[in-house]
Amino acid sequence: MNSQFLFSLISGIFIGGVAGYLGSLMLSKRMALVGDALGHVALPGMGLALLFGLDVSFGAFLFLLLGIFLIWLFEIKTSLPMEALVGVVFVASLAIGFLIVPEPELLEALFGDISKVSFEMMIASIIFSLLIFLVINRIYPKMILANISEELAKSEGIKIKKENFIYLFSIAAMVALGVKIVGSLLVGALVIIPAATARNLSKNLKEYYFGSLVLGILSCLFGILLFRLTGLLAGPSIILTSTLFFLISLIFKR
Amino acid sequence: METIILKVENLSVELEGERILENLSFEVKEGEVLTILGPNGAGKTVLLKTLLGILPYKGKIEWTPPTQGRGLPLRGKTSRPGHPKKIKIGYVPQRLPFIKDIPMSVGEFFKLKVSSEKEVKEILNSIGLKKGILEKKIGDLSSGQFQRILVGWALVGNPQVLLFDEPTTGIDISGQESIYELLEKLRKERNLTILLVTHDLSIVYKLATNCLCLNKKMLCYSAPKELTSERLSQLYGGKIKFYQHSHE
Repeated sequence: MNSQFLFSLISGIFIGGVAGYLGSLMLSKRMALVGDALGHVALPGMGLALLFGLDVSFGAFLFLLLGIFLIWLFEIKTSLPMEALVGVVFVASLAIGFLIVPEPELLEALFGDISKVSFEMMIASIIFSLLIFLVINRIYPKMILANISEELAKSEGIKIKKENFIYLFSIAAMVALGVKIVGSLLVGALVIIPAATARNLSKNLKEYYFGSLVLGILSCLFGILLFRLTGLLAGPSIILTSTLFFLISLIFKR
Repeated sequence: METIILKVENLSVELEGERILENLSFEVKEGEVLTILGPNGAGKTVLLKTLLGILPYKGKIEWTPPTQGRGLPLRGKTSRPGHPKKIKIGYVPQRLPFIKDIPMSVGEFFKLKVSSEKEVKEILNSIGLKKGILEKKIGDLSSGQFQRILVGWALVGNPQVLLFDEPTTGIDISGQESIYELLEKLRKERNLTILLVTHDLSIVYKLATNCLCLNKKMLCYSAPKELTSERLSQLYGGKIKFYQHSHE
């Protein structure tokens, strides 16, 4: 039991850290709600994984890829803005998810369950977190430049489409990992709140991304401890801890 | 001897089915300042972006690097057909509305482009700013300082050509004066060729070697002193008079 708690805590710390780091990029690219939408897209996949006794992240990731493919396909077929298409796909996924996830597992899919993390899952979480971190780290300056000005980035020879694809893929992988910890409904918050807090506190880019990463770790650490002490659901505990940091940051805003 | 650095022939650009530029032909020689004039929506910015190689086009754009710049390696430039392989171009965009959304110091902005500390120091020197500014947040700069930083940023990598898109938008008169003085100084110091989009006619008369009047089509292409009031009113529509006074 004790070692199981340690597995959860370590997984949480790694996933929380990289979620915060990626969030700092999403916030500056004005994609704050994309994590939220994709969290919902993951729901049917999580339900199927639970039904067949597979890892929820695995099911989530398959459905995220399918969701992104559909959004991309719709975008070619219509001239509707991306936002609208994401909206359609995510509510449809939510509806399908509610229908196929059996009721006892629904709560777990919506809010996450870290009490089942095994040693192997912990190792997998660490490896995937580090991989996502490395990929994001590589594209970070390019994405920041592209965010400031696409022309400037292109004039520097940055291939925006390619970088964007890598970026979206990383977000999908991040969401798939995150749903394990905080569930489908709250994964968007796991990614965005630490970045929003860090933004309030930082005066340069280094403080911003480093702060997002640290706040992501601290939110998961204290959230999981809170869950341990009080028996409240872990996912909401993590997000509320994160929100508390955000509220405190408002006092010290620079 | 002056070498031709840029040769444009029958350049046309169409974006989303709309003709933006039609049949432009002109040349720029090494060390020249070409100003591009025209009303809003005339395609000036599109022309600069096309010359940079980031928009699709029909016709011919031929960049030839000047002799002393030959051999300068280029990092990961686009390999669009007809796009420069050897020449290094610095681009100063019109506005960067999103930059203030990101907490970033001036030093970090320079680091987005591969640059050594020594180079950044030299550039700060050329653009007349102190080293301390590297620690400052971009959002806290005055618009004049920000403009200089953008110019400095374009100078990283030691380009042979600078493309400027209305460098004085939102800057007061004395700020404008000093930006142009800076340009002139940089041109001499670094032997730059400059292509400049501007609305400011006094600059055209003071700085430009040649000027191109643009309103989708090319309406004139001449030395600035041949730019008459008739030409200008044809370009901008309505009556525009500009009294030239000699500064020499």
